Amino acid sequence: MLQTEQLTINIGPQHPSAHGGLHVEAVLDGEIVVDAIPHLGYVHRSVEKIAESRTYAHYVPYTARFDYLATHLSVMGYVQTVEKLAGIEIPERAEYIRVIMGELSRIASHQLCIGSMAIDIGATTGLLYCMRDRERIMDMFEMTSGQRLLAAYMRIGGIAEDLPEEFFPAVRSFLQDLPAMIKEYDGLLFGNEILQARLKGIGKLSAEDAIAYGVTGPNLRACGVDYDIRKAEPYSIYDRFDFQVPVGSNGDAWDRVVVRKEEIIQSARIIEQALEQMPEGEVRAKVPRVLKPEKGSEVYHRIESAKGELGYYIVSDGGEKPYRLHVRAPSFVNLMVLPLISKGGLIQDIIVNIATLDPVLGEADR
Amino acid sequence: MNTIQTVIDDIKNTWGEQVEMLEDKFFHMIKVPQQLLPELFNKLKQVHGFNHLANLTAVDYKDRFELVYHIYSIPDNRKLAVKADLDHDQPVAPSATSIWPTADWQERELFDLMGIRFDGHPNLKRILLPDEFEGHPLRKDFQVKG
Amino acid sequence: MALDSVKATDKTTEDIEVLQKNNILVTTLEKFWDWGRSWSFWPLNYGCNCCPIEMLAASAARFDIARYGYEVFRASPRQADLIIVAGPVTLKMKPILERVWAQMPEPKWVLAMGNCATSGGPFKDGYSVLPGCDTVVPVDVYVPGCPPRPEALFHGLLELKKKVASGQYIHRR
Repeated sequence: MLQTEQLTINIGPQHPSAHGGLHVEAVLDGEIVVDAIPHLGYVHRSVEKIAESRTYAHYVPYTARFDYLATHLSVMGYVQTVEKLAGIEIPERAEYIRVIMGELSRIASHQLCIGSMAIDIGATTGLLYCMRDRERIMDMFEMTSGQRLLAAYMRIGGIAEDLPEEFFPAVRSFLQDLPAMIKEYDGLLFGNEILQARLKGIGKLSAEDAIAYGVTGPNLRACGVDYDIRKAEPYSIYDRFDFQVPVGSNGDAWDRVVVRKEEIIQSARIIEQALEQMPEGEVRAKVPRVLKPEKGSEVYHRIESAKGELGYYIVSDGGEKPYRLHVRAPSFVNLMVLPLISKGGLIQDIIVNIATLDPVLGEADR
Repeated sequence: MNTIQTVIDDIKNTWGEQVEMLEDKFFHMIKVPQQLLPELFNKLKQVHGFNHLANLTAVDYKDRFELVYHIYSIPDNRKLAVKADLDHDQPVAPSATSIWPTADWQERELFDLMGIRFDGHPNLKRILLPDEFEGHPLRKDFQVKG
Repeated sequence: MALDSVKATDKTTEDIEVLQKNNILVTTLEKFWDWGRSWSFWPLNYGCNCCPIEMLAASAARFDIARYGYEVFRASPRQADLIIVAGPVTLKMKPILERVWAQMPEPKWVLAMGNCATSGGPFKDGYSVLPGCDTVVPVDVYVPGCPPRPEALFHGLLELKKKVASGQYIHRR
């Protein structure tokens, strides 16, 4: 037998598929991966410490910068937590608008996941198609809040402003065109033999390991565990909508991506129902100018973000700034399984695993 | 069907006075001494099916640290919050990684940002800050330059 | 283009006009190279955070960075000449940025994209974000915004193009 040595190479943090600054230390025996250790902290912006010196309302734009691919969901988690802490009830119309913007964010995030998975594997065109479709959602965000990417459109107590007139034809035409977009992805990407060979059977994660490691969101559902916080512990008005939760069976990379594609279709169903059911009315509740929740109160609230369980834990000391704010970031916890699913695979599968676990480093590092 | 109250009763029967019930609007919340945590977590996971440790964090109350665990049972759809106090000068707690492997990085983050040591953790190193960083920033006595 | 600033030494302006009419350009090698460089920067794949998403949108089909000639993003710093620092520079990222900058061959330029790269942005008072990437690398163009729109990024790139085409950058030999 030929005498070989193990080689350690660094993938990232400056790398075309580093997803924002992920550093993976890959220990290789030839092309076989012996270990793939993720190193975080390259985007650590000390947001939890900053939260202790901002008022609750001032902190809202910061939360948009956690999961910058599905910003409205990130902000929604925070404002719902503060409203739960302070006991604020928001108007019906604001709830519906939040659901619509949140689900549009989810669609945008999943489209980018599919596109960036394609370009990481080498199918560059896939990214261009997904970005083109995503631009329509960016237009809708710009119409409502003025910002394309990091919109702090939701506020504590509701929404900043009501939806403009031009939003409704835009979202309706987007929903009408969505089945054609999915068909295009199917034809271009999912029906492609090469992509299937690169994804099927790669990076298998068992259901027990997924739950033990705290993996949530589409990654958990791809392993066959039917757990979606919108159904298990409904928050906001999600119990009024009829939608399915796509569940995979193998826990491999293929299932992870197909679950996300199916979730796009389900999100579109939720948006259609929300547009039909939405009542007229106010979009913002009366909130004190300086919010001071009760001293000693604390809350942990979680939502089903595009990446998994996004939780906010806030402790109040009676003042206008939080005493402690902790973000339970799904990407941080999901990345823990990267060594587990990459061991024994080939080096190119590390890239596939990162792309299909879909981490957002802004959230993982905070 | 086991409700959360059955779980609480079982815990109280096993450990009696060491378990303190806390008032909270959203969670059933108990506080225990930190030495009891491994046994308590073992019972919660093996007997009562709490298989999802959603959140593990800590708060610096200046005279003590308070560890907070938010634990869920996915099959039975129940939730429970567990707290434990730690000494402020030398905060040490038992690691939960042998029971819920998801505690691995969450405990490393607490070590990095708050300086809490976890006994029995397989790899207690800094995770978010550079290794040569001095201090633990999320402590209340850490001065941030303006 | 390059002809306007050529100093006529022993050639008179009439001679140059005659040459121009016959489709012969007279210039210096420096100016010719600067003209070429400014029309096709090769940016490096570098970014942490939200700003690279707008950079990605700028290189996608709607905004199309290729119409300016800057679509050739290189993964290796040894093949790139422009680094668009998109996102905050944290304590852990600082040695990486220094190393990547050192690996890029001359001439090379820096465009600081976004508020975080310009000055630390909203995270300036944190303990782990540096107040701007100009503490690490010398910046040629700043593009403010959080995040800057793709059009703003293009404006910054065109400003850099003017700067490079006119030779107004530090020539390190």
